[in-house]
Amino acid sequence: MERPRNFRRLVMAAIKPPSIPWLITFGYLGIMLFLPIVALFAKAFSLPLDQIWQIAIDPVAIAAYKFTFITAFLAAALNGIFGMLLAWVLVRYQFPGRRIVDAAVDLPFALPTAVAGITLATIYSENGWIGSLFAPLGIKIAFTRIGVFIAMVFISLPFVVRTLQPVVQAIEKETEESARSLGATHFQTFVRVIFPPLIPALLTGITLGFSRAVGEFGSIVIIASNTPFEDLIAPVLVFERLENYDYGGATVIGAIMLIFSLILILIINFLQAWQQKYEL
Amino acid sequence: MSFNSEVESLKQNRHLKGSFWLKTCLILVAVFYLGLVLFFPVANVGYIAFSKGLAPFFAALTGEDFLSALKLTLFITGVALPLNTIFGLCAAWVIARDRFFGRTLLISLIDLPFAISPVVAGLMIVLLYGRNGWFSNFLEQVGWKIIFSPPGIILATAFVTLPFVAREVMPILAEVGSAEEEAARTLGASDWQIFWRVTLPNIRWGLLYGLLLTNARAMGEFGAVSVVSGNIIGATQTLPLYVEDAYKNYKSQEAFAASIVLALLAVVTLVLKEILSRKTEQKPD
Repeated sequence: MERPRNFRRLVMAAIKPPSIPWLITFGYLGIMLFLPIVALFAKAFSLPLDQIWQIAIDPVAIAAYKFTFITAFLAAALNGIFGMLLAWVLVRYQFPGRRIVDAAVDLPFALPTAVAGITLATIYSENGWIGSLFAPLGIKIAFTRIGVFIAMVFISLPFVVRTLQPVVQAIEKETEESARSLGATHFQTFVRVIFPPLIPALLTGITLGFSRAVGEFGSIVIIASNTPFEDLIAPVLVFERLENYDYGGATVIGAIMLIFSLILILIINFLQAWQQKYEL
Repeated sequence: MSFNSEVESLKQNRHLKGSFWLKTCLILVAVFYLGLVLFFPVANVGYIAFSKGLAPFFAALTGEDFLSALKLTLFITGVALPLNTIFGLCAAWVIARDRFFGRTLLISLIDLPFAISPVVAGLMIVLLYGRNGWFSNFLEQVGWKIIFSPPGIILATAFVTLPFVAREVMPILAEVGSAEEEAARTLGASDWQIFWRVTLPNIRWGLLYGLLLTNARAMGEFGAVSVVSGNIIGATQTLPLYVEDAYKNYKSQEAFAASIVLALLAVVTLVLKEILSRKTEQKPD
């Protein structure tokens, strides 16, 4: 009895002309998203394979990927540690100014990256407020690899805090109180009781922050000296190739970055599915 | 009973004393980190912008290049925002109301612009509409210029802000359900009437939230825009590009004065966001 009716509905749905929201959704996505992605891959693969390979493994490009990924990972990891602390403090403790601090965590989302870039470059330059403290020690921050790291820390800060806050909220206070009353130390309570349920959300936040840091351009192009083999990141390399009308070079490196983004999205989806399982 | 409660309060006291120091330390470390990474750099924008007093600050904000950059940024946002709002509403509607093959894939696809580097986004637009691009012949014939002109900047801005409205509206639409809309339909309301009188009031806070995020990102976008704009002063230079350009040319005062405008935008965005999130918290139907 059920099957024929379902079947008829399916056929009807297939024959029925798509509604206006459908047309707009897929039309817009097609023009804005799919077409550009197809164009990028088509352009990349219009080159001979050995040339693609040459561009992809060019020493400047390899150094740029390496530096970008390692620095983005370190920045995301640092924010993983402090993001966990911030999420905990913001959810569990009451203190004056808590709501303001909470709202301010989103500043890197709201502040244009060019502004972040110039203010960080000023503070960390040799005669800036913080840069001048390190200059006598022989440590240069702005226009070096450390500067890139600091810019990446700035822009990827909110992710871990925001993914962890709802999870911390969901942990009942009783769980840790019972662990404490059974004689566990603060440290044991943290490692054995509080930390495990946070792991999926923490990894999601770190991956999101990492993904953002890998793609960041505005603040880094300003704070870095953009020297190959030194502090040149992959997005700046794409930009420079394009500026020199080297479309092939820009396209191949851009396509590699795009593939990397797609893989990161898969990982994030997987982590989120894992987290939902944890909640059940 | 009194014995029990006394033991309870003693235990709590001991507990509190131990955790008081831990709590204070954790709060201090967290706030210190946030201060060093966020507050300090943002405060520095204000410090430098006003370090020479108000007169140079306002002089910088009445410069011709600044004003034309501001106008262009407002224009670009004014076009990209409605585009992504219409798309976002439609996409949220399709995803929340219909069940179809590839629905979860579509949800991930909409998020894609967040994961793609803005420079790569700009590059893709150049490959389509630039010289030797897919549409270059057609564009030449009809005499349209997209790259190095405002339409390209609109495309780049719309690309990077594409997910915001859809993402914020989708969960609300799904949660509200379609019962009210169906009731309106049986009472004889047309599609438009249902949208304006039933659906829109239900999703208004989420929609506003999405608009707010789209607006902030659209006005501040740098990477994608700098690839497609060509950075022609007075013609295709947006406000963030102006900030970078002024800074690179050692015009610190101009750069930081313009940054104040953008930072103010960020602060207003965060304040409105806070107000909106309180509004939605207050109404837990």
